Amino acid sequence: MTSDIAAQRADHKQDGLHQRATLKTLLFQLRAFIVLILLFAFFSVYSDSFLQPGNLIILTKQVAINALLGIGMTFVILAGGIDLSVGSIVGLCGMIAGGLINEGLVLPMFGVVVYFNVWIVMLITLVVGMIIGFANGIIITRFNVAPFIVTLGMLYVARGLALLRNNGATFPNLVGDPALANTGFPTLGTGTFIGLPFSIWIMVAVGLLAVFLTLKTPFGRQVYAIGGNERAALLSGVRVKNVKTITYVISGLCSALVGLIITSQLVSSHPATGTSFELNAIAAVVLGGTSLVGGRGTIGGTIIGAFVIGVLNNGMIIEGVSSFWQTVITGVVIIVAVIIDQIQQKLQERSVS
Amino acid sequence: MSEKTLSERTSNNAYNSQPLLETRGVSKRFGAVQALMRVDFEVYPGEVIALVGDNGAGKSTLIKGIAGIYGFDEGEVLFEGKRVHIHSPREASALGIEVVYQDLALADNLDVVSNMFLGREWTEDTSIGASLNARRRGLARIFRNLLPMREVSMEKQAVSTLNELAVTTLGSVRLPVASLSGGQRQSIAIAKAVLWNSRVVILDEPTAALGVAQTRQVLNLVRRLAEKDLGVVVISHNLHDIFEVADRITVLRLGQKVQTYLTQETNQAEVVHAITAGQLNAIPGMEQ
Repeated sequence: MTSDIAAQRADHKQDGLHQRATLKTLLFQLRAFIVLILLFAFFSVYSDSFLQPGNLIILTKQVAINALLGIGMTFVILAGGIDLSVGSIVGLCGMIAGGLINEGLVLPMFGVVVYFNVWIVMLITLVVGMIIGFANGIIITRFNVAPFIVTLGMLYVARGLALLRNNGATFPNLVGDPALANTGFPTLGTGTFIGLPFSIWIMVAVGLLAVFLTLKTPFGRQVYAIGGNERAALLSGVRVKNVKTITYVISGLCSALVGLIITSQLVSSHPATGTSFELNAIAAVVLGGTSLVGGRGTIGGTIIGAFVIGVLNNGMIIEGVSSFWQTVITGVVIIVAVIIDQIQQKLQERSVS
Repeated sequence: MSEKTLSERTSNNAYNSQPLLETRGVSKRFGAVQALMRVDFEVYPGEVIALVGDNGAGKSTLIKGIAGIYGFDEGEVLFEGKRVHIHSPREASALGIEVVYQDLALADNLDVVSNMFLGREWTEDTSIGASLNARRRGLARIFRNLLPMREVSMEKQAVSTLNELAVTTLGSVRLPVASLSGGQRQSIAIAKAVLWNSRVVILDEPTAALGVAQTRQVLNLVRRLAEKDLGVVVISHNLHDIFEVADRITVLRLGQKVQTYLTQETNQAEVVHAITAGQLNAIPGMEQ
């Protein structure tokens, strides 16, 4: 009996320590947001044009691309995986959308060419992105190949297919033809709603949906569980293979969405679009405080991470920093973010034990 | 021979009812190694039965076979008197058999409630009964997993289960499991098994990594499970703990059952002797 009380006392002591450490850990957890505010304040003071609405919209438009890829990547990384193929899927999906608008779907066996409405084109493109993600997921979970290897392979496969689609050439001028009833594709990239480009609204909508999925649904809970302890998830009856596969499907879907947005903004699709986008997306995820081993991180963090990279790049361009130095500085910021993340982990462990 | 004595001894108490879980003559071979040889084992409702034996005696093999991690080569498993075939841990839990593994199988990054409901989260479309019984398939299940969870109901249920089991030292059921002590984690893992109306709970070395006070907590908890009329199987190397908590003790040696003892009618010396030098029906490697 006495020992029970002793144990309880020890537990209460633990609680006290926990609370004392909370403020410190809270500051650490909000670090990406704090960095973002500092960067924002810095460039607002030192540059006249940074705070111009026009510049902020351009900035957010660029951020939206990376944030969308980062959101898909966050699901994959939370479940302990990695997806290196997103940049190539962006390129391939852009080429598929461009091809469907300019050349239609050629069906040699029937000797006909089918042109689709722009909505159908976008739908097909999104489905293609999901199929590639599904392929990633199936190979990783059913054949037990490391995600790094599978998605690296898919990076090459998808890029190769993108180049093959039109022999390495671009599909220019994707305005469609009124006679074929497939006009209107550029609206996705150039249209606005309450003054903001569609891509920003898409980022907001996808972001909210992703927050809901991660925090409120069994699926999200299971994604975190798999990243935290895959064996525990399996023994608890979680369909680990299915859940992991779905994370890659989400990543593929986000990549296809980005492929459509970029293609529409440029009104042409180029097979090299999206090269090295996967690395920017991973950088945003890591800056946002998501652990690369899985199980810890948030969608909000990733979006903030994407903004940090966006503000940094935008501000440095305005300030006329050499683009070579920009690359160096971005890299340093990412490394520092991971170091701070490690310190936070140690801090939390100490506050617990 | 020994079985007969046991049934005579126990004929006047609970043990003449039907066992909850029973294995009859189960064997398992891994290549050249005969891990289990014609083992009979039964668990009655409301008892704690200990499974002891040296390393390699076949304790884990027996448990993993019952839990559906792999199948037995021969023999049969009966649950509540009916012959069953268990092919996966999920099928075992559907029957009402839960295993609490030595490394606890908790996700450290999730809180207590999330861990207890992991893989069986309640969502807006499910009444409590439906989520316990219905095993949804395919797309319907994927769709269900995208509905909002009923956090408040889950939290209430978790708290009430923990209270029922008198697990009261937790500060909050929303703390990540990583921040809990070993005894608390073990209690959560056991409570998780109980939450799902299980009939048989199998505990693999429940006190192995615990201090004195925490061991006490967990042993008390194990007794409370039996009081709730569950069948409890405890695997342990610690004879002191076993004599404190178990009603019966089954000794395995080299893949065979030596004997089942009533705790009240035996002593540590006899059990140790059975573990190290118990009489076997067949000498491994010498049978035809």
